[in-house]
Amino acid sequence: MLDWQFSLLLLSNGVLIGLMYALIALGFVLVYKATDAINFAQGEFVMIAGFVVVAFLLSYKAPLWLSVVCGLAAMIAFGFGLERAVLRKLIGRPVIAVVMATIGLAAVLRGIGPLTWGADTKNLALPISDEPFVLGPLFIPPIQIVGAVVSLAFLAGFGWFFLKSRKGIAMRAVADSQQVAMAMGINVERYFALAWAMTGVVSALGGVVWGSLLGVDVHLALVGFKVFPVVILGGLDSIPGAIVGGLIVGIVENVAAGYVDPYVGGGTKDFAPYVLMILALMIRPYGIFGKRIIERI
Amino acid sequence: MSKILIAVLALAVMAGPAAPAVFAQAKEVFVPLLVYRTGPYAPSGIPIANGFVDYFTLVNERDGGINGVKLAWEECETQYDTKQGVECYERLKGKGPTGAVVVNPYSTGITYQLIPKAPVDKAPILSMGYGMSASSDGRWFPWVFNFPTNYWSQASAVIRYIGTQEGGLDKLKGKKIVHVHHNSPYGKEANPTLETLARQFGFELTLLPVDHPGQEQKSTWLQVRRLNPDWVFMSGWGVMNQVGIKEAASINFKMDHFIGNWWSANDSDVVPAGDGAKGYKGATFHAPGTNFKVFQEIAKHVYDKGKGAGKKESMGEPLYNRGIVNAMFAVEAVRTAMAQYGNKPMTGEQVRWGFEHLTLTDKRLEELGMKGFTHPVKVSCEDHESSGPILVQQWDGKKWSVVSDWIQPMREVVRPKIEAAAVEEGKKLGYTMRDCAKEK
Repeated sequence: MLDWQFSLLLLSNGVLIGLMYALIALGFVLVYKATDAINFAQGEFVMIAGFVVVAFLLSYKAPLWLSVVCGLAAMIAFGFGLERAVLRKLIGRPVIAVVMATIGLAAVLRGIGPLTWGADTKNLALPISDEPFVLGPLFIPPIQIVGAVVSLAFLAGFGWFFLKSRKGIAMRAVADSQQVAMAMGINVERYFALAWAMTGVVSALGGVVWGSLLGVDVHLALVGFKVFPVVILGGLDSIPGAIVGGLIVGIVENVAAGYVDPYVGGGTKDFAPYVLMILALMIRPYGIFGKRIIERI
Repeated sequence: MSKILIAVLALAVMAGPAAPAVFAQAKEVFVPLLVYRTGPYAPSGIPIANGFVDYFTLVNERDGGINGVKLAWEECETQYDTKQGVECYERLKGKGPTGAVVVNPYSTGITYQLIPKAPVDKAPILSMGYGMSASSDGRWFPWVFNFPTNYWSQASAVIRYIGTQEGGLDKLKGKKIVHVHHNSPYGKEANPTLETLARQFGFELTLLPVDHPGQEQKSTWLQVRRLNPDWVFMSGWGVMNQVGIKEAASINFKMDHFIGNWWSANDSDVVPAGDGAKGYKGATFHAPGTNFKVFQEIAKHVYDKGKGAGKKESMGEPLYNRGIVNAMFAVEAVRTAMAQYGNKPMTGEQVRWGFEHLTLTDKRLEELGMKGFTHPVKVSCEDHESSGPILVQQWDGKKWSVVSDWIQPMREVVRPKIEAAAVEEGKKLGYTMRDCAKEK
């Protein structure tokens, strides 16, 4: 394989993986955009969704479509329930309260998942071939194409929702200022619940796509770590930012692994995106597409 | 009501000092079990822990313990985390009438931390097929045992196997072999041996590290595709294995030319890859499956009595079987010590002697219902590794089958390296080499 072909492969892989990161990041952005809360349990949401889908698929022998629908329903219910039972009580408290609550929630979910469904790795097989598509020097596993298409579809859908739909605009208003939104007659609590439910939907899809790529077990939660460089680079509250951030992280880690790791004995792939994240925080802390907040001090 | 409560508390306080005395009289040996049933490595940790517990339960239920001395154990959750593992060790090392008689750290990181503690606490360490390879030299590390074989021996045996498949070791010249390894001291452990063998046999070796946890390794496998190697050897752990196998399948790599080390060849590694994993091979030092008498005994005396640690159908998984082998080694070391010191609760020091004089012949393995399940072992003062051979097993999509005879490691290559490393590691710890001739 020639060098340019290898580079092209790394780039194409980076783009496809980056789009799949963007899907997970979307869940993070949705919550932040609507509630100003930072969800440190995003990876664990994806893991739980994967477990639920696999449980229906393997334990109850449900067809895949029904398992996915059940996974979606379960995660919507989970999002609503979480908001009602835990997060609603934190409205008006300092942001750190929600941050700590989600960190705690992440630990709980990492325990509950294997406790409920077992710690062994479950195979979430989608009815698609494992044979990669070969396009000249490129070869692309079908699951990555599915992941990228699902990501783009949902990113577009949620983009439209926030820009054009009445509920989306109300949600943005809530994120801008809860007090003003309340004064305008918006039911803030309902929109909080809706945002968490939407995160549940994204997590369910992430669970299916990533679960089929990696297998479903507690490791699935680790994809959540990739969210932070993605959203910091792209902007915490920006859906296009999630896409661009995802692409940057995907490409950077692939290029680092392909060209830097062989010379330094490994290790650059995982920290390279975080180096970018730190640089972004220093130079442009609100991210590429993030909203620049100017406050009078 | 409050008076009764106060009276109960007072009794408890008064009885407190007497409790250890009662405990001390218990006729049992205590083994702390450092397990990881939760955390990112739980899929691998659970079957090992279950194998351990089931074998100990079998010995207690069927035989009434070891020569009448019951086995007692307590699990402590490490999550495969070194800090938690050391905490577990500190909490449990003094338990039981004679303290911990053997410690199985089940993590190379934890093993390295416990090695200096073992001679101080008089608690022998059995790091079976993991940990510090240099500790195979018992002259420098009297308290550490890593039989039946270590990573360096494994690497040399795998190269011997590849040579056999290619038509002889001389045919390795010009071949390309890639070592995809966990980017950790464990994963890198085989590298120096592989480099030595690459120079000796003239094959082209490429080392490709995969960072923890190894969930996304597409770029690594793109490099494999670019290199187009003849064989890939993998030293992975946890999620890295299953992803590696999937990625190899996705680049259409010949799976029967892909060999995992003995921590990369469990059901949990191949099942997620589905049909893509068919043909994948793995090194092991015990057979997979339940086709041995010991499993019938476990089913009868443990599972049929509702005392199984896991699911009965999980018996036979490579890592479950590893727990069985490991527990058997510990039990037989205690039994060997009893032959010397009498049928009573052994101390760690006595069990250390038992390990050092452990000889498991085919005849003894047959008595244990394990003939053919694992290879005979002979430990000595000089050799805590026993230089055991390995088997190669292969996944057919449903189960593992052994596809090789026992393959001997290249002792002439490995042992000098072990002895050199033992001097280096031993000196770091301020040890001096003991004279085994004086102990015979």
